[in-house]
Amino acid sequence: MQPAIEVGELRKWYGDIHAVDGVSFSVQPGEFFGILGPNGAGKTTTLEMVEGLREPDSGTVRLFGESPWPRNPKLLPRIGVQLQASAFFERLTAREQLRLFASLYGVPTKQADEWLALVGLEDMAGVRNEKLSGGQQQRLSIACALAHNPDLVFLDEPTSGLDPQARRNLWELLRGINEQGRTVVLTTHYLDEAESLCDRVAIMDHGRILQEGPPAALVRGLDSPTRISVESGLLPLAEAATLAGDVEVDDDGVSLTFATRTPAPVLAALAERDALRGLSVRGATLEDVFLSLTGREYRA
Amino acid sequence: MKGFVSLSRAMALGFFRDRTALFFTILFPLMFLVLFGGLFKSAGVSKTDVLEVGAVPVIDQLPADARAGVDQVLTIKPAGDRDAALAKVRKGDVAAVIEQVNGQVVVHFSAADQVRSGTVTSVVESLVQQANLRAAGVSTPALAMSAQPVEDQSLQPIQYMTPGILGWAIASGATFGAALTLVSWRQKKILRRLRLSPVPLQSVIGARVGVSIVIALVQAVIFVGVALLPYFGLKLSGSWWAGIPVMIAGTLAFLAIGLLAGAAAKTPESASAIANLIVLPMAFLSGAFFPLDSAPGWIRAVSNVLPLKHLVSGMQDVMVRGQGPAAVLPEVGILLGFCIVVTTAATFLFKWDDI
Repeated sequence: MQPAIEVGELRKWYGDIHAVDGVSFSVQPGEFFGILGPNGAGKTTTLEMVEGLREPDSGTVRLFGESPWPRNPKLLPRIGVQLQASAFFERLTAREQLRLFASLYGVPTKQADEWLALVGLEDMAGVRNEKLSGGQQQRLSIACALAHNPDLVFLDEPTSGLDPQARRNLWELLRGINEQGRTVVLTTHYLDEAESLCDRVAIMDHGRILQEGPPAALVRGLDSPTRISVESGLLPLAEAATLAGDVEVDDDGVSLTFATRTPAPVLAALAERDALRGLSVRGATLEDVFLSLTGREYRA
Repeated sequence: MKGFVSLSRAMALGFFRDRTALFFTILFPLMFLVLFGGLFKSAGVSKTDVLEVGAVPVIDQLPADARAGVDQVLTIKPAGDRDAALAKVRKGDVAAVIEQVNGQVVVHFSAADQVRSGTVTSVVESLVQQANLRAAGVSTPALAMSAQPVEDQSLQPIQYMTPGILGWAIASGATFGAALTLVSWRQKKILRRLRLSPVPLQSVIGARVGVSIVIALVQAVIFVGVALLPYFGLKLSGSWWAGIPVMIAGTLAFLAIGLLAGAAAKTPESASAIANLIVLPMAFLSGAFFPLDSAPGWIRAVSNVLPLKHLVSGMQDVMVRGQGPAAVLPEVGILLGFCIVVTTAATFLFKWDDI
């Protein structure tokens, strides 16, 4: 099958700064692909070159086999883009914004209005975009990107600046968009977001893709220990260290944490001693993957 | 086409919902018109007050039509007391006191107000001469003078000011409209968003041009409508409609200037500063607020290269000076040429993005 996106050896300099330094990846139709990395990693620049907003200094981009640069009118109706800053016209209501964007693609008004309901903004239809909350603006801007029913959707940090509840709501919306068969490409600096939404992620730092694959596979590939925590002081540290075979123990005064690759005997031993108060078990996360790839803590 | 219509609609809605823009585009210039129109309204018809002590046959026995002529210039009232009347002249309350003692007509005036006293003495002098001629039996003088203003109405300040202030309003409306749209659309990433939609660039530009022309025509209707009120007393001449192409050409020229300012500026604040820096001095140098007839030659030379001068004088020619529609052709041509040159310059500076 022809890939939805095919990117080869993409490079972009800003003066002396190598913003994007040889990025290659491809995305299959229907996939939910994430580009993950801290701010300044080159995610947005990469995305802009893929969308056809910027000319790469070198490298190739193909969307459905076509080059997006220079402005390719054949491709434009097939892609939907939500920009990082929500691009709204001034002093228009939510419904007017949506209808305007729809009309630019020749989409009838009625179809545009349906999107208001799909993103849960029917009650806000008559409200000007300046008066919408951050989460509502993001949802409106996603609706504007999708009103013409594109095959390929680009979302640049759609949840940045939202409160946790608004983020969860938006995740639901994004999953739904992908389940309708659209290819979705998302950039994010939230590791949990990438982990929760994406079929495949590319971890980016300093303009390069460090690793790429399904989040679970990346985490598993780490072979990092499972962390088991209970309330601090339930067991003396010396006893805890001898609890089960291969284990590292740490008590920070809040939690007593065991890091082990064989969690079963540790849990059994703890249960035997009735020392399970405040139990939590955590596997590795993408954060650990990032840490092991870059040797530094992940800081969005 | 659909994109053009909906973009125009969006821009027009954005403009008419923006109270600040409405104020500065329509109300603010209108305030100037009302203020200047009110201030200078009486300037042309102000008469000179004169007091008459006792009987003054030279004036009192004038035929009715001659008296009417005098009344256009002087307001003559009888004064009861001679000393009180002279005191009024001294204080400047009236321009002169006239009395006639036998064959001697005496005009008492204050040297402090030379213009008014000059008017009174020359009027009275001519009356005395006419009386002398009559006394000498000359019924048809060998020479007669009748004064007739060439531009009957254009001397009225409102006739001059309406096109002038309207020109300034159109110029600033178009300049600020284009500059602020460009900068804020770039800043808000609307330009990039439009670039990612299949809408042709011509539709985007066309929508801005169309909306600006509509705004200019709305300004014109409101301004001329207010000036036509009896209080201000504007009188439009026959081919006033030929002013419309001048307004459209002027709008295009100033849109181009705004485009240039918007292309050069990074923030809306600097765009509006640049636009102000261009339009405001131009308003003074182009005779939008007051005539440049008495300005030094170099200012008049400078004003000829400014588009506002051509916008204003084009409108004046057909709207109040009574010239035929063909009179606007050179001005329209100059404005369109200006538009082409400046737009070309602006395309070199144009950026889709901040970075």
